[in-house]
Amino acid sequence: MKKQNMVCIACPLGCQIEVEHKQNGEDQYIVTGNKCPRGKDYGIKEMTNPTRVLTSTVKIKNAHLNRLPVRSIGEVPKGLIFKCMDEIDDVEVISPIKVGDIIIKNIMNTGIDIVASRSM
Amino acid sequence: MLNYDIVVIGGGPAGLAAAIEAKNNGVNRILVIERDRELGGILQQCIHNGFGLHIFKEELTGPEYAERFIEELLEMGIEYKLDTMVLDVSSDKVIYAMNTTEGILNIQAKAIVLAMGCRERTRGAINIPGTRPAGIFTAGTAQRFVNMEGYMVGKKVVILGSGDIGLIMARRMTLEGAEVKAVVELMPYSGGLTRNIVQCLDDYNIPLFLSHTITNIKGKSRIEEVTVAKVDENRRPIPGTEKVFDCDTLLLSVGLIPENELSQNAGVQIHPLTGGPIVNESMETSIGGIFACGNVLHVHDLVDWVTEESRRAGKNAARYVKDELVYNGAAIKTETGYGVRYIVPQEVRVENIEDNLQLMMRVSDVYRSAKMVIKLDDEVYKKIKKNHLAPAEMESVNIPVKDLINKDFKTITVALEVEEG
Amino acid sequence: MKVDVAIIGAGVIGTYIARELSRYRLNTVIIEKENDIADGTTKANSAIVHAGYDAKIGSLKAKTNVLGNQLYEELCRELDVPFKRIGSLVVAFSNEEMETLEELLEQGNKNGVPDLKILHKEELREMEPNLSEDVTAALYAPTAGVVGPFELAVALAENAADNGVEILLNSPVTSIDKKDDGYNIIAGTHNIDAKYVINCAGLYADEINNMVNKPYFEIIPNRGQYHLFDKSTGNFVNKIVFQCPTKVGKGVLVLPTVHGNILIGPTAENTEDKEAHETTGEGFAFLREKAEKVVKDFPYYKVITSFSGLRAKTATGDFIIEEVKESKGFINVAAIDSPGLSAAPAIGNMVVDILMETAGGIEENKNFNPKRKAFKPFSELAMEEKKQLIDKDPRYGRIICRCEQITEGEIVDVVNRRAGASTLDAVKRRARAGMGRCQGGFCGPRVMEIIARELNMDIADIVKDRPDAYILTGPTKASKTKIDTLAAATKEE
Repeated sequence: MKKQNMVCIACPLGCQIEVEHKQNGEDQYIVTGNKCPRGKDYGIKEMTNPTRVLTSTVKIKNAHLNRLPVRSIGEVPKGLIFKCMDEIDDVEVISPIKVGDIIIKNIMNTGIDIVASRSM
Repeated sequence: MLNYDIVVIGGGPAGLAAAIEAKNNGVNRILVIERDRELGGILQQCIHNGFGLHIFKEELTGPEYAERFIEELLEMGIEYKLDTMVLDVSSDKVIYAMNTTEGILNIQAKAIVLAMGCRERTRGAINIPGTRPAGIFTAGTAQRFVNMEGYMVGKKVVILGSGDIGLIMARRMTLEGAEVKAVVELMPYSGGLTRNIVQCLDDYNIPLFLSHTITNIKGKSRIEEVTVAKVDENRRPIPGTEKVFDCDTLLLSVGLIPENELSQNAGVQIHPLTGGPIVNESMETSIGGIFACGNVLHVHDLVDWVTEESRRAGKNAARYVKDELVYNGAAIKTETGYGVRYIVPQEVRVENIEDNLQLMMRVSDVYRSAKMVIKLDDEVYKKIKKNHLAPAEMESVNIPVKDLINKDFKTITVALEVEEG
Repeated sequence: MKVDVAIIGAGVIGTYIARELSRYRLNTVIIEKENDIADGTTKANSAIVHAGYDAKIGSLKAKTNVLGNQLYEELCRELDVPFKRIGSLVVAFSNEEMETLEELLEQGNKNGVPDLKILHKEELREMEPNLSEDVTAALYAPTAGVVGPFELAVALAENAADNGVEILLNSPVTSIDKKDDGYNIIAGTHNIDAKYVINCAGLYADEINNMVNKPYFEIIPNRGQYHLFDKSTGNFVNKIVFQCPTKVGKGVLVLPTVHGNILIGPTAENTEDKEAHETTGEGFAFLREKAEKVVKDFPYYKVITSFSGLRAKTATGDFIIEEVKESKGFINVAAIDSPGLSAAPAIGNMVVDILMETAGGIEENKNFNPKRKAFKPFSELAMEEKKQLIDKDPRYGRIICRCEQITEGEIVDVVNRRAGASTLDAVKRRARAGMGRCQGGFCGPRVMEIIARELNMDIADIVKDRPDAYILTGPTKASKTKIDTLAAATKEE
């Protein structure tokens, strides 16, 4: 049996949650302290495969700013964040771009797309 | 002289929401004045996610959140001027502004919504001794350089203050290849949201030094090192606890100050603790027809609440223009009790509330297992159990108008009841 | 390069002398080690034009202070430099200090300071309602004033340059050789032959002297720390408020600057280091204690910045203004500590007289123009003037610095003038962008953008002040050596 206390970051409320991992034949996770179902999902994921939304910028040409903000649609595995950043850093786009345009498809084979988070 | 029904000063999240809501409430001649080259305000540099859970039920980045409002404003055909600076506002609602294409503008408004936002406290304001080298930035300035202009501000970073922008920048600088050596916080608790401590510091092994401060800055041209010391309960550095961090950059995230120079010029009364105007239930300042919302009113931690508050300001500005607000002299005062630092609004005219009175407030310390006690005059109206209260996290309480109307209350008091131990 | 006169140091003294010499047909160069005008003692001091009562009777300080003070109005009018004759008070808290006031009054009268008088409590209260109740009397000197010291030096340099003086920045003097017909100076990348050398090198004046002459004075840096407060404090006092002088100096002052901020300072600390520009916790505590003695309930939390400057003192306590006996044509203008700024015009005139006498037969420059190209803050213009200016150049319609309401037009102007600004601090000192309560937080990036555009530079090459005071470390997305702190964290578990 393994217990872990953590702060849920699913939303800005930041609930203090406790995740208990029981192994009686199969893996069982009990989450307490969460105020919503997302807290339960977060707790289990944080113990098994922690993931994060990744936000950054890419180079953009012919725009009024030098950088276009981008985000992942969904979460990428925490351990891959720096590798994803390397890929993001190499991209350069050309204005005009619409919010939601896919900038990198399936980054690092995670199944997650990186999209523009504003029009420019 | 130009004439408008409502002029909104500031095209950030507060101004956008106020203008849209004013238009939704039947006022057509609305003008938004924005000093930057585009709408959206500070949200355009807040490229991280965490915005919109309350308003849109999804988690957006700052630019995405802004774009939704900007699109709506454009679709509604609300007029706006960019790259335009308001230089003065008079108590009779004449706005004196300036830009490159129209020169000097005099605008008469029936109602004004102040939505100028806030600025960051600087090194000077917190009196850190030492040299004055390059490489000391407020976190927001660094954020603009990194996220919008596309320039790095340094490689080895120490951050003073654990406000949200500082925490967000710790992660952002790390992801762009900088080494963030420490986040130093004067108070025994963080000034930012807990989730940001987890995902911006803990995730990247960045140490947070609570009850510490910076006591010296060295470096002739560019900053070379900072001295960090532990502080006692009176926030004075404890000799002998100093450690030196070698760094080329110091980011400051030591608080935000509502930008009320224009409000003060107009003669609007400012509250000493919020740093923003004193307002009533309609977000109206001490000058009738001048409203305030967002960070110019009091510093918020979540943009969703700025939106909510600004919608209220916009709607009531419209009601003011349509002569629907009631002024009969009687007002309930909101008062802070133990553990509550401030409450917005400071005054309540019950007749003008449509459904609920929303009180927004900040507590003065970190409390666990406390009760928030609301009293109407001397009677306890409600006790709300709170597991966790912190100065960094704004609290709000709703009181249905039916509980207030025709009762002739003089005060609404909010205080904390804290269990000992 | 061959010149008639080489002036070493582009502080207020050097630039004043340069401008005065441009009235004559002389080939003059200013040599400055830093990358801007006014980058030493001139940029960090009390910014006061003293009346002249506190210098010892008969001293050079007494003579030049009183004379210099009288010259300020016209000088600042010609050069569009902010100057206000607001008057000063020396306050007394006791009978003993009252005696000091009487002594100062007598000394001032003998020095030729006009209109001095002692005010008693009631008159004083009316003049300065925020003074402490404990103040019993004060010496009032109506001729004292406040000025923008770096604005003055920049204006002098600009006007000198307009009248033909050359300015060499980034040129530290490393050697001076005496020749038959003058001096050879190596300064940075420059090799200069000059008939006459005027040493206005401030803190380094002793080192410059010693390159040619035998050492006969030593400059002792003396640090003064200051707090500058938000403009909303600007009318807390209306006059320069001194406390009674002590052996170590004129004490801590509280004054409204010419721009309407309150300035509190200075400390007086002897130091060995000529670059000891730091502020200290002890200094801050000292200032606060002293200031609160004079002004009760001052909103101390409204401090916007703190800084320190170094005075160039020497043991004798008086200015050194002379041609060195053993070196004809080598003039020392050294140990110009307080009241050096006040005395600057008179010091400069003295130096010009010395030079004229030694050189002999110098003709006037008929083309000399004493007026500077108009320099008035946009915010101070009349409405019609503002409109016309925006019509002519729309960049005056764009505010860049919100706190001080400085337009893009003004920033472009100070970048493109002679002796123009090329660093963030140089713009700040000339146009005041970044001087306000947000200290450049909002306008810094915009100002950098404008400098880069106007001077055709990369924004990453713009510095704060010194050449190696870089602000940006290069574009994002360029780091290929990231420290993967995340991976390390995962491995540890």
